[in-house]
Formats: sequence, C-alpha cells, structure tokens
Amino acid sequence: MSDPLVVAEGVEKLFGPQIVLKGVSLTVAPREVVCIIGPSGSGKSTFLRCINHLERIDAGTLEVDGELVGYRRAGDRLHELRPHEVASRRAKIGMVFQRFNLFPHLTVAENVVEAPCRVLKRPKREVVAEAETLLERVGLAAKRDAYPASLSGGQQQRVAIARALAMRPRLMLFDEPTSALDPELVGEVLQVMRGLAEDGMTMIVVTHEMGFAREVADRVCFMDDGCVVEEGPPRQVLGDPRHPRTAAFLSKVL
Amino acid sequence: MRALPIQPASASTADAVEAGGPGGGQQRSAPVVVPLRHWGRWIAAALVLVVAGALVSAFATNPDIDWSAVPRYLFSGSILRGLWHTLLLALLAQGVGIALGVLLAAMRLSENPVTRSVSWLYIWLFRGTPLLVQLIFWFNLGLVFHTISLSVPFTGLTLFSESTNTLITPFAAALLGLALNEGAYMAEIVRGGLLGVERGQTEAAYALGMTPGLTLRRIVLPQAIRIIIPPTGNEFINMLKTTSLASVIAYDDLLNGAKNIYNQNLQTFELLIVASIWYLVATSILTIGQFYLERHYARGSSAALAPSLVEVWKRSLTLRRMVKA
Repeated sequence: MSDPLVVAEGVEKLFGPQIVLKGVSLTVAPREVVCIIGPSGSGKSTFLRCINHLERIDAGTLEVDGELVGYRRAGDRLHELRPHEVASRRAKIGMVFQRFNLFPHLTVAENVVEAPCRVLKRPKREVVAEAETLLERVGLAAKRDAYPASLSGGQQQRVAIARALAMRPRLMLFDEPTSALDPELVGEVLQVMRGLAEDGMTMIVVTHEMGFAREVADRVCFMDDGCVVEEGPPRQVLGDPRHPRTAAFLSKVL
Repeated sequence: MRALPIQPASASTADAVEAGGPGGGQQRSAPVVVPLRHWGRWIAAALVLVVAGALVSAFATNPDIDWSAVPRYLFSGSILRGLWHTLLLALLAQGVGIALGVLLAAMRLSENPVTRSVSWLYIWLFRGTPLLVQLIFWFNLGLVFHTISLSVPFTGLTLFSESTNTLITPFAAALLGLALNEGAYMAEIVRGGLLGVERGQTEAAYALGMTPGLTLRRIVLPQAIRIIIPPTGNEFINMLKTTSLASVIAYDDLLNGAKNIYNQNLQTFELLIVASIWYLVATSILTIGQFYLERHYARGSSAALAPSLVEVWKRSLTLRRMVKA
C-alpha cells in the first residue's frame, strides 16, 4: 500500500473550556473514500475543518501528503507557518461546505476560475477551458453566466464542487454537502460525488446520507463525543456495529 | 400581464375554471374588488398644500427680498469660482477619506495588536474632537511648528524644508482637516461593511488557497461595497455641505464667494439663497449618482433591481393603490 495521504494522531481541539475533539486518529490512503458519520455535536465537522487548518488543533499531529498541517518541523520544534504558506498548502485540498459558500458577486464561471487564476497563476484561457469541462461534468455548462442566487441549492452545490476541483486538489473534504438541500435535490449532488469517487479522488465526507456511505465509502468512521468510536468497512459498521453507541445512533437514523 | 384581483378562497376554484376560457363550465363573474379608500391621505395632502403655499407666498411677496438679485448673482464669477473650489475640496477630501477608511478598517480588523490599537486611537481622536476645532488647528499649525522639514536621522542631511505658513494654505488646511476627520468616520462604515459579509465567504476563499490579502481584495471587499455605498453617499453629501466650514479659515469656497459679495452690497439673504441653490443642485446630482451606483452593485443579489429613478418617484407619489401587479 502506498503512503497514506492523511494521517491524524491524537488530534485534540478545544473551544474555550469545551473539549470538542478528544484525541482523534484516522489514516486515509490515496484514492480512498472515507465517510464520517455521527450525531451532531460529535466533532466530525470540526475534525474535517482541522484537516485544512480552518481550525487550529490544540494537541496531536495532523499530516496531509507528508506535510504537517499549519506547521513546519525543524529538529524537535514546530514552527507555525506564515499565512501565505498555510494558503499554498490549502490550495492542494478541496473543500465543499454545507452552505455552499459560492461567491455571490461572481458568475458561476467566475467562481470556478477565480482561484486557479489568482492562486495558482495559471493562464486565464487554459483555466476557462478547464472550467467549461468541469461545469459540463457537473451538468451546469448552460449556467456559466448565471449568478449563484438564481440557482437551486443542488445546482449551487454542484458549482461549489466544480470550483474546488478546478484547483486540481489531491484530497477533497465534504462537510455535510447535502444537509442544506431540499430532499429532491440531494440525489444530483450525490451523483456527482459518486462519479468523483469512481475516478479515484481521495475523499473525506462528513454526511448523514447512510445510503451514500454504504454504497460509495471504502471505510465508514463513526464519531461520538469527540472520539472515533468505531471504524471499518461500511457493511460492517452500518450493518453489524460492534459498539453499542454506534448501534444506538444507527437505530435512530436508519 | 394583467394581475387577477384578490379573490376569496372559496371562489378560486370556480374562477380557475372560468379562466380556462368561454364555455368552461359555470357562468359566474368575478366579484368587483373595492380597494380601501384612504380619505386621510387626501385630507393630509390638501393641508400640506395649503401650508406650503402660505410659506412660498410669504417669501415671494416679501418686499425686503430682492428676488431679481438671485438670477443676477447665480452665475457671477465669484460664485462659480467658489462652487468649483467647494466641489474640488469635497471630492478630494472624500476620496482621501475613503482610502483612509479602508486602510483603518482593515487595520482595525487585523489580528495584529499594533495596527488594531493605532486604528482605534486614530478613530478615537478624530471622531472625538469637533471638526471646526480640527480645521482651525491645522490652519494655525505654523504657530507651533515654524518649518516643516524632512531629514535623514543621525546624518544632518535635510531633504526638504519649508516654512509651515507657505505649505499650509487655506486649501491645504481644509483638505487635511476634512480628509483626516472623514477617514475616521469612513473607517467605521467600511468596518461595518466588512463585518456584514458572511464568515463562510472568507472560509471558502481560504479553502481555495487564497491568502488573507487576496481574500479581502477579491471576495470580501467587493461584497462589502454593497453595504458601504448607501452610508458613503450620505457622507459625501454631508461632506459637500461641511466644506462650508472651511470659509472660517479663509478658504475661497461657495459660502465665502457669497459672503464676499454680500459684505459689499448687503444683500445677505439673496446671496445665501444663491449659495443654497448651488448646494442643492450639487447634492441632488450626487443623490442620483448614488441611486445608479447602488443599482450597479446590487448585481448577483437576490433583491430585484429597482427600475429607473423616475419610476421610483412616480410610485412614491401615487396616492391611489396600485392595482396593477
């Protein structure tokens, strides 16, 4: 097996006096799809946000692609990275948010083109051509000149996925990508994510969609109260959970 | 498109059938809708007209106002020069004020405690003292600093030196006073705008690998502008009028132009009317400009675009209820 892409060891996170993550460890191999499930408030979104340093971790280590997140190791010391160094590492990790967070003042195409042009400094013509392909892939080529406010939630989320993919990320993080959608729009977003997984994208997906986890994930990880309670193949975790807390959670959502 | 009048719920199905065309079933005509009559509005309008008419006639028929002087001085050289100086000062002071405001707001929201404190102190100082006092301060700077010079420390090398009274002309003092004071107010307006942009926008930009500076310039500031424009338009209109304070430090503005004339011919009231007409013309043009600027930056927002300004006025003046959708 090749080197893991994400290695988390004993990650802890505090919000004031409250301990949100109590030593989370997780390893994700390239091309692997890991779904993180669990009740709200279990710390799964926080853990995902730690992976691209939107949240700073308070203890433990977190490595993506062999590099520490947010720090540089020099001997036995860790040096905090400068903002532009953090930014250039984040550029290799795509993230899709629950509330889409498209840029409302830019058209669909401009949303996709902005970061590759400005951050990676790639030539505009090449990026625009690639954006067309990406929008076609998510089925929204016709909406390229529309503003996000005129799109449905499902369409906005598909644009958000295309926007993240335009950076050619090595890893994609999904933070409850379908939780803010009307039920009839969930399918179109999951369809795009399924396609990504089939193409071999490494994905960490925080989700409540048990059907998606069962069919697409290589591994399911159940988190509760800031800890990873149980992880394993979807059939085992979802079908035959070993831990009573997993069983209790699944009995409520399935 | 013709909008259907509001129907009682029970009638809706029958009307839907009827709307399907002739011979669509039941023969029932839609009930006539009587809009609420606003008698009070008509009475109020009549009262307003009476009071306004009385006021106008009090001025128009006043034997002590020489109305013919107004058009005579409206385009006189002294007045037009003063108008130009007022516009120039307002434009420059507002421009510098906006630039300062953006800088101070970014400093205030930064994580750096030094820039944060400097910004806080600046706003505290300039917002906390009267503008008129600041103007007189700048104008009298020469009393305490006789020369202003720029030199390289520890070398005795002087790059530039000039007497303060030569440098601080009435225009320079007015521009300094107005711009620095405006910067403090604009900083708070810009800060409010930046805070009004959803946190998720910054996170999405960060997640795409954008640096804080790039995020501010490309993502947050363009969205904040929509929030910033209305109060800034207000500030600019205020600025245009506040420039009249500069007449106190002998700056040759519109008010001073009028003053120079009425000090000679004693037609004080007439020349103040002349000056007021020009102030009103300038602020009206700014108001129109602000409307179209707001419309431009509303793109991409879910709110429907307002029609033209004339349309907006027409609507606000209609006394009857609009039946058309």
